[in-house]
Amino acid sequence: MPELVHTGVMKKLINSPQDVVREELEGMEAAHGDRLRINYDPVYIARKDAPVKGKVGLVSGGGSGHEPMHGGYVGKGMLDAACPGHVFTSPTPDQMYEASKAVNGGAGILHIVKNYTGDVMNFDLAKEMLEADGIKVESVLTDDDVAVENSLYTAGRRGVGLTVLMEKLLGAAAEQRMDLAEIKKLGDVIRGTGRSMGIALTACTVPHAGKPSFELPEDEIELGIGIHGEPGRRRVKIASADEITEMLLDPIISDLPYKKGDDVLLFVNGMGGTPLIELYIIYRKAAQIAKRRGLKIVRNLVGTYITSLEMAGTSITLLKMNDQLCRLWDAPVDTPGLRWG
Amino acid sequence: MEYLGLENARSWIKAAALLISENASLLTELDTAIGDGDHGENMMRGFNAIGKKLEAGGTPPADPAGLFKLVGMTLLSSVGGAAGPLYGGFFLALGKASAGKEKLSKPEVGQALAEGVADIQRRGKARLGDKTMVDALVPALEIFRASSDGDLAGALQAAADKAHQAAEATIPLQARKGRASYLGERSIGHQDPGATSAWLLLKALASIGAVGS
Repeated sequence: MPELVHTGVMKKLINSPQDVVREELEGMEAAHGDRLRINYDPVYIARKDAPVKGKVGLVSGGGSGHEPMHGGYVGKGMLDAACPGHVFTSPTPDQMYEASKAVNGGAGILHIVKNYTGDVMNFDLAKEMLEADGIKVESVLTDDDVAVENSLYTAGRRGVGLTVLMEKLLGAAAEQRMDLAEIKKLGDVIRGTGRSMGIALTACTVPHAGKPSFELPEDEIELGIGIHGEPGRRRVKIASADEITEMLLDPIISDLPYKKGDDVLLFVNGMGGTPLIELYIIYRKAAQIAKRRGLKIVRNLVGTYITSLEMAGTSITLLKMNDQLCRLWDAPVDTPGLRWG
Repeated sequence: MEYLGLENARSWIKAAALLISENASLLTELDTAIGDGDHGENMMRGFNAIGKKLEAGGTPPADPAGLFKLVGMTLLSSVGGAAGPLYGGFFLALGKASAGKEKLSKPEVGQALAEGVADIQRRGKARLGDKTMVDALVPALEIFRASSDGDLAGALQAAADKAHQAAEATIPLQARKGRASYLGERSIGHQDPGATSAWLLLKALASIGAVGS
């Protein structure tokens, strides 16, 4: 079987691998400076009107390369600050510490952390530093990736698509002045009832690595990928969109499990290199499967929201919904990456 | 070499920076196979930042503890990923263990390294055989402490050699911690990048012993 040949040429719209994150932030500042403030040392993105007095400050962060997450979700109704690391590398505790202090409106800070070894360790350190200053900090973890089958022998399930929904829902809750303990509790409920899985049609190329993160034969796909260009659990032959949707949604539904009569939010996400036309083909089949299984889709999201650079592929996320979550979902949000109401 | 003083410690960090930079593409290659391909770049950025801090004006560290604290804080705030907190914490623990000492005797070096390794294990929660830096550090530390004569240089060399061997011995292991663990059995057959960078740090430490003090 012919393998994709690496030519040694990296086609990217960049100036130099070392400047990717800083120049991206300068671009964001130029485009969204009316609502965002960019701090360059240490690096974080904050709401221009932060700190908002009496509101819990929501801070997230992670490696860059997942845009629009997290920086694109800073703004009214979502995050107060985001800390971007280098591409696919967790940010550092000093960033999280300074960002949290900058958006502390006196009602405490909530960290939204994706379950990766580095992210968890760095946010833990930042939490210790903030608590030493007398600031109340809670953290909510996302670990929704059902592709990680045996959590006992791994670093645990990864935080993927659910993170976007978590940031939107908790952002709305904070905007409505829910207190830190209530938001933390709500975050844990969301964590417990959201599940995701993804596939890749291609690998992606980290700018400073200069070559693809894995080699995929032309007729194969990676099933169960994360969002860092790491290979998935296994490879399967390329299949139709309908078959791939089944491969993703069946393990998600049977994992929680989602049951007949459940209200759900269905989120079909593009990994960065897959066009919307294909995402709707996936959504079409996912909606059919949900209906067949007796799930009621009460809200949805389709588009490119959490990515792995230019990777082609998709992920599906299901979240159990109720009236409170629907109201929070519908609440106004005004960020570069998500805006309605 | 009988003692590790400030000058030796500085030479260690310099040698480590050089070894990391010479082997950055190796580390990245190993990490691309079973992780996310950033280990070489991240470690190099950390040691470059240390070099800049040491060359910049301001009060230079007065003793090994001061130097180790500077190294730890710099790695913590510049490396990111898991390696940042782990190696940052390692050097901070070394600093704590050598506080108030102008130079460290062989047993004191052993104690400091032991506290550094313990910090890595506490923070990373990895055990022997999980295919991490712990697999290189723990056996190396055992060899260091087992060497009964007072020769610091010899013990450091033995520890570095053991770390080298142990890093290579991670190849047949299945990863149970960090990003490589998501690969399951597919992580078998690759050398762990963290164990490899841990070996490089110990190799750098041994190299200054060989030169003498």
